Amino acid sequence: MDIATIQAYAYFFFTGFLVLVLYGYIYHLYSSEKKGTRDYEKYGNIALNDEVTDKPVEKVSDNETKNKEA
Amino acid sequence: MENRPLEYDYTVAKMFMFSTIILGIVGMLVGVILAFQLAFPGLNLMLGEGLAEYTAFGRLRPLHTDAVIFGFTLSGIFATWYYVGQRVLKVSMAESGFLMFIGKLHFWLYLVGVAAVVVSLLLGITTSKEYAEFEWPIDIAIVIVWVLWGLGIFGLIGIRREQSLYISIWYYIATFLGVAMLYVFNNMEIPTYFASGGIGAWYHSVSMYSGTNDALVQWWYGHNAVAFVFTVPIVAMIYYFLPKESGQAVYSYKLSLLSFWGLMFVYLWAGGHHLLFSTVPDWLQTMGSVFSIVLILPSWGSAINMLLTMKGEWQQVASSPLIKFMILASTFYMFSTLEGPIQAIKSVNALAHFTDWIVGHVHDGVLGWVGFMIMASLFHMAPRVFKREIYSKSLMTTQFWIQTLGVVLYFTSMWIAGITQGMMWRAHDEFGNLAYSFIDTVTVLHPYYTIRAVGGLLYLVGFFMFAYNIYKTMSARRIEENELQTASPMAA
Repeated sequence: MDIATIQAYAYFFFTGFLVLVLYGYIYHLYSSEKKGTRDYEKYGNIALNDEVTDKPVEKVSDNETKNKEA
Repeated sequence: MENRPLEYDYTVAKMFMFSTIILGIVGMLVGVILAFQLAFPGLNLMLGEGLAEYTAFGRLRPLHTDAVIFGFTLSGIFATWYYVGQRVLKVSMAESGFLMFIGKLHFWLYLVGVAAVVVSLLLGITTSKEYAEFEWPIDIAIVIVWVLWGLGIFGLIGIRREQSLYISIWYYIATFLGVAMLYVFNNMEIPTYFASGGIGAWYHSVSMYSGTNDALVQWWYGHNAVAFVFTVPIVAMIYYFLPKESGQAVYSYKLSLLSFWGLMFVYLWAGGHHLLFSTVPDWLQTMGSVFSIVLILPSWGSAINMLLTMKGEWQQVASSPLIKFMILASTFYMFSTLEGPIQAIKSVNALAHFTDWIVGHVHDGVLGWVGFMIMASLFHMAPRVFKREIYSKSLMTTQFWIQTLGVVLYFTSMWIAGITQGMMWRAHDEFGNLAYSFIDTVTVLHPYYTIRAVGGLLYLVGFFMFAYNIYKTMSARRIEENELQTASPMAA
């Protein structure tokens, strides 16, 4: 096999791999929201409720406690 | 000491707001002078023959590009970081003496770097690499400034109250990492004086790359300077300021994440389009073209997300000049990220390469997208930073229309000039002799160069109106905290 053929195969499979990664990530975003593991859209509120006195959307310490419990 | 409630501390943000405005005036003023010089070459001698060295196009051009990229835009990025960073991480700079010190040091060292750049470029001391003209001592200073900013970013993230990093933070981090990598690799250089044992000036250097490799590294850097200074941090701004000013959460947070990773992956491979039809390998040129076209997707992902954020709230575009600026910025982003890929197609590039169409493309991006978004961000920040309402809404509206007209005149004239130029360079008779000489194109382009200069002048006039409005805001009517929830308060 000459170098041009190898390049052509490499192009083809790499493109296919990247398409898989792209759709895999989209699938991951939607499925983890459906399963209830993570609600991505609530993070949009971080910009709206951004006073230093506002309640964080997800508190740092909350998460640490959760991790410790787990 | 009295026990005051915790507040955000905008000291460093304010410092960078001032440098944004001052360096914006410098960069744009020099740009307008250059535009008039191209239309009326006599202006190269505007201060007489004795000073021609300092007023000639070649000496001023890098000052224009670097003042706009590393002066106006970087200051705008830093100003918004020191504002947005605190707010979305819900932590005040006042809570850390260390971070406050680093922030101030960041600002003052940055100013020293700017002064060194201005002086050295005016004296004609340059490495001759486009957008990387600074000699090695300045490069080292820039690296230190950059590391200080990084300490500020990660320091603030380290003491945050909000667990999740809002999408804008991701974009600021990407700006930090992207520029750090690009800048260091492109500026690998050998100080000639020290390497040769004392020949030449101590501050001169030569690039570690040569020939085609130098070109490749240079345009990997050059194009990604557009990516990580003119795109990524400006997207960070619009993801915060548009939702906040309009009171609408970003339309799709998931789309913002997808666009982020898409942009990060694709942008770094597109630089090859600057070297189409040059000596770099053909496959690399093709790759540059292909990735440039794919780049439409993540760019439009963010831009459409912004437009959809206004869903059901479009009346705000009519009523608020601040929203007008942001929506037009987002529209210009869509426009220039479609125009760029079109120019990167090989057959189109055969016509467009080296013509004024490229200059037009850069400017509809920078004037329409970067400039509008930075000014809108500062307009939003001003009432919150100074605790006063914006001095004049009507002045802001007038500025918007004057500058929009300026941008339209700029890019339309450059389209016509560029395509005319390209066609004339290519035209030949039946024997293959070129139909036109270079001076023929210069004569034909003169009216368009004049229109471009007028367009640039209108934009500069608008920028002075912006500077005046911000200056007067500092002494406008005081406002209460509850007036600052979403739409910025402004006097008629």
